[in-house]
Amino acid sequence: MINRLVLKTAKTLRSKIQNIGASLLYSCAMVGRATWFLWLILPWGKGFKAPFKRLLQQIYSLGVLSLPIIVVAGVFVGMVLALQGYHILARYGSQEAIGQMVGLSLLREFGPVVTALLFAGRAGSALTAEIGLMKTTEQLNAMEVMGVDPFKRIMSPRLWAGVISLPLLALLFSVLGIYGGAFVAVDVLGIYDGSYWANMQSSISFYDDVIKGVIKTVIFALVVTWIAIFHGWHAKPTSEGVAMATTRTVVQASLAVLALDFILTAVMLGNF
Amino acid sequence: MSMSVSPEQNAEQSITADDVVNIQHVSFEYDGISIFKDISLSIPKGKITVVLGPSGTGKSTLLKLISGQLQPQQGKVFTLGHDMSTLSMAELLKVRRRLSLLFQSGALFSDLSVFENVAFPLREHTKLPEHMIRDLVLLRLESVGLRGIAQQMPVQLSGGMARRVAMARSIILDPELIMYDEPFTGQDPISMGVLVKLIQDLKNELNLTSVLVSHDVDEALSIADHIYILEGGKIIAQGDVEDIIHSKDERVVQFLNGHADGPVPFHHAAKPITEEVLND
Repeated sequence: MINRLVLKTAKTLRSKIQNIGASLLYSCAMVGRATWFLWLILPWGKGFKAPFKRLLQQIYSLGVLSLPIIVVAGVFVGMVLALQGYHILARYGSQEAIGQMVGLSLLREFGPVVTALLFAGRAGSALTAEIGLMKTTEQLNAMEVMGVDPFKRIMSPRLWAGVISLPLLALLFSVLGIYGGAFVAVDVLGIYDGSYWANMQSSISFYDDVIKGVIKTVIFALVVTWIAIFHGWHAKPTSEGVAMATTRTVVQASLAVLALDFILTAVMLGNF
Repeated sequence: MSMSVSPEQNAEQSITADDVVNIQHVSFEYDGISIFKDISLSIPKGKITVVLGPSGTGKSTLLKLISGQLQPQQGKVFTLGHDMSTLSMAELLKVRRRLSLLFQSGALFSDLSVFENVAFPLREHTKLPEHMIRDLVLLRLESVGLRGIAQQMPVQLSGGMARRVAMARSIILDPELIMYDEPFTGQDPISMGVLVKLIQDLKNELNLTSVLVSHDVDEALSIADHIYILEGGKIIAQGDVEDIIHSKDERVVQFLNGHADGPVPFHHAAKPITEEVLND
């Protein structure tokens, strides 16, 4: 009886260890495949004029079409930051430092992270669905049979468009957030506008705050666009397959942004 | 060509230097499921070769093997004189420029107009001036009867029209081999008639080598010069139209006449019904 119980427990344990091993192996294989995939989609393609035209088209579709959500979100995040900041700082009589708080929060954290999350939701999901549907309707297959490399023709311009668009969107987000914060702090809560802008100017370093924020967004952009294109290319050619791939893109890209933000912040602040 | 000889032996014997495609002893598995078991066949130059067979027998897979999109686990596929398994990606893309594949769905690029879809191979592979591209595209669209819809988007087209546009795109670079994947599926009789006429015209006017995979028996037989019938991963019959129509092979007779039961059973393999339903 005891022997049987021990045997059963050992069998369950072995199966659990096997499952863990299998998922680890699967994850390693996926990382390998994704890295190889990135290597394939990095090249720009032959010539300059045609690939540049395709890049501009993609910057329009990924960047320009994301403008409404970024503009609205930027203004509101700045306004909320000013409102919350004012009430906290007022407890210590430091409400004049509101400009500094809004500026630093947006340039260092909220700008890059919220823009990347919104970009993953709007542009990332659209990219995965577009490439997944192109696969489902055999458009990518047709291209291959015509002797055209879909990695260079379809994937590469989308990757580079993402890398260019997201940092610009994040800067715009921060600028609009600062103006949204100024509206609440100065026009609504009555903070002296000179101290709002002067405090911000004196406390923000161009390299430590602006440039490091831009570096973050470039890395977020590469990762979000890479994940979106990878899942589109590997989507099962069915409606459920495309839907699942789109969901995977948004979840994985958002988590990757948050995790990377912690690592990059720690490295940039010199804690690692 | 006698049906009493093994169809695969016949295929091997008929391989000549004029063949555009040679498939030699190919076995292919996908996800652990065997699709082809040691098949050999050849596609002669300037003829329409039809591959018939029930759904799910790997007819479309055969076209992907010919175009080098898939590689067999065993055997060799020679397309336009090249062993497709030994080519680098760049060489493969070069060979593919000499052939074309008409997909079942048409596979038109949804973000490009009809005109731009047909112009796509020219823009990618040639440096022709814009006025020449325009003339060539309009001539090809004229040949499929759709010059009038050059500025429409693919989403505005019917299934039959999309396939005709795809056909215009497939022949814009004057390929040496054109492959049709189930061109008649889901077509109304008029569209079907138009497609049959176009396939015949292409062969007669351009001396184009064609491979057509289908399960639409009447239309396929009406244009075939040579026929292979696939079933269960093997070639069960081959020959000209007369050979196939007069075949005594029970599997061929069942397929041609559409009998619900026969060597290909109506019921998929399952436990006896008494065991599964009545034995509660």
